[in-house]
Amino acid sequence: MIELQGVTKTYTMGGQPVRALCQVDLSVAPGEYISVMGPSGSGKSTLLNMLGLLDRPDSGSYRLNGLATETLKEEERARLRGENIGFIFQSFQLINRLTALENIELPMMLAGVNPRERRQTATAVLAQVGLAERAGHRPGQLSGGQLQRVAIARALVMKPRLLLADEPTGNLDQAAGQDVIGVIEQLNREGITLLVVTHDINIGRRAGRRLRMVDGVIVEDIAGDGVAGATGERSASPVADLSSSAQSDAGPNANSGKATGGESGAPH
Amino acid sequence: MRLTDQIHFNWQLFHGHRVRTVLMLVAVAIGVASVIMLTSLGEGARRYIDREFSSLGNRLLIVFPGRKETTGGGPPVYGTAPRDLTLEDALALGRVRDIRQIAPIIAGTALVARDSRDREVITIGTTRGFFEVRQLTVGAGAILPARADFEAMAICVLGAKLKNELFGNRSAVGEWVRIGDRRMRVIGVLGERGESLGLDMRDLVIIPVRTAEQLFNTQGLFRLMLELREGASETETQDHLRAVIRDRHEGEDDITIVSQDSIIAAFNNILTTLTLAIGAIAAISLLVAGILIMNISLISVTQRRQEIGLLKALGASGRQVRTLFLGESLLLVSLGSLLGIAFALLVVSLLATIWPDFPLAPPLWAIPAAVITALLSGLFFSWLPAKRAAALDPVLAMRGVVG
Repeated sequence: MIELQGVTKTYTMGGQPVRALCQVDLSVAPGEYISVMGPSGSGKSTLLNMLGLLDRPDSGSYRLNGLATETLKEEERARLRGENIGFIFQSFQLINRLTALENIELPMMLAGVNPRERRQTATAVLAQVGLAERAGHRPGQLSGGQLQRVAIARALVMKPRLLLADEPTGNLDQAAGQDVIGVIEQLNREGITLLVVTHDINIGRRAGRRLRMVDGVIVEDIAGDGVAGATGERSASPVADLSSSAQSDAGPNANSGKATGGESGAPH
Repeated sequence: MRLTDQIHFNWQLFHGHRVRTVLMLVAVAIGVASVIMLTSLGEGARRYIDREFSSLGNRLLIVFPGRKETTGGGPPVYGTAPRDLTLEDALALGRVRDIRQIAPIIAGTALVARDSRDREVITIGTTRGFFEVRQLTVGAGAILPARADFEAMAICVLGAKLKNELFGNRSAVGEWVRIGDRRMRVIGVLGERGESLGLDMRDLVIIPVRTAEQLFNTQGLFRLMLELREGASETETQDHLRAVIRDRHEGEDDITIVSQDSIIAAFNNILTTLTLAIGAIAAISLLVAGILIMNISLISVTQRRQEIGLLKALGASGRQVRTLFLGESLLLVSLGSLLGIAFALLVVSLLATIWPDFPLAPPLWAIPAAVITALLSGLFFSWLPAKRAAALDPVLAMRGVVG
């Protein structure tokens, strides 16, 4: 589904060139559950933006569903993004003047879907995240967990095949965070490809495949043991069988991956 | 994105920023309203002049004594001429082919008195033709008889207001009044009629032209009005008239002929140009409104950075974002224009009720011109903010980084 080859991106910050991504290769199969961890400034978010077609690589190639994206025009990238990729952000990014339902309808509105169809789909998706009765509420009237559920619903409304989450639990308390993780993991079980950038080791460990980045390079790419290893009390259903043949539970700091992030080590 | 969705989206935005929106609406409305109202004044003046001249009937020539030798000046309305234009000249001109009617005029002011009441009014010495040319009718009595064209008869026709001043509600026809040092019999009273060409027809007295010659002790006509026959050529007739005068004035055609059409055309020209100029000055306020829109839009783009980034992440292209922002200001300008038009028309119709004599109305081009100028100004000044929004990097925008 995702093929990154030799992707490099350099930003200039305060006159200094900063390497956000350096010769990154990554391939992701449909239905995978991947967490990306690493210190601040390691290029996690840049990778996410690159995958989400929000950013263009300086060099290297990115094929999404077999389509070479770097040659596409901005218009086409925008359409591809709207139709194939759902985003979830740390700060929810809901528009305050719109109701929950209108926020969810936004991607469809941008795509020019007719109002009746929009309303139907949005209502269904809102029910799917368990907030059917909150349709008319504005973001100011919802709790953090509910806001993120609305944001998830918005990410889902175009029926994307790839869900990109940037610190989805960063602004939530423990309970709400687990709640949100539960929702997106459920989506993953239903077939969506999920990529979560996080600082939270407990959340990172739940993924079937864990990437660790340092200085723009994927230094670790391991098939984790999923949910079971991290926090036993969680009730989420076993995603672990995705990666049953994984290496022994190497801690997040273990350096068993390839140092240059060369060949991706997904065991599928 | 559908147009209705865009309008709805922007409408919600206006709703969320009511103060900002109202300010911009008012700015645009003031601009549009001032263009319409000011051009209405100019157009009103043009129509007023047009109407005044049309009320004279068509095909009118006015002959002044004397001649401007240099070009570019106006007719010597109060000028002195080396040779008078006399009543005999007038009668000779009246015999020219294609002249239907003549109205020689000797004008001055005289004291009109009856018993102890008196009043200093404009006194016009003329002939029967004057009534026809100026389309005057009497409310009581009769107009000057044909005999008065040649004879100094002691008769007069009073303006309606003058009659009321002197006689009150009593009938004036057949009574005697004193004009200057002569006694004259009132044979008619003019019907009620307002001002015409700046001459208050209610407050004057009309006497036979010969009587006026004696009263003011002059041979020279103040001016001579000539009415052409239907279908007559104006330039040809002017040549004939000059030929007649040359004959009578030792080879010099020392008269100035002004045609009604040329006066109307000149006034129309002046006033249309003036109205355009006024409109252009008023349009400056639309420019100011445009600059206000640009400022507020730039602030709006900065405030909505995250939203713009989000829209892009959700599948909006740069062009869509730009369209959205341009659409916002166009919608705003359209609403403001509607407000401005409504306000201007209200004020204009209000003024028209207060002063029914003055034909105040916006010229046909004013409303579309004002709206188009407003839209262009809105489009021009929101281009930069919209471009800036479209170029926004979604990644940085959503992180709240000012880049």
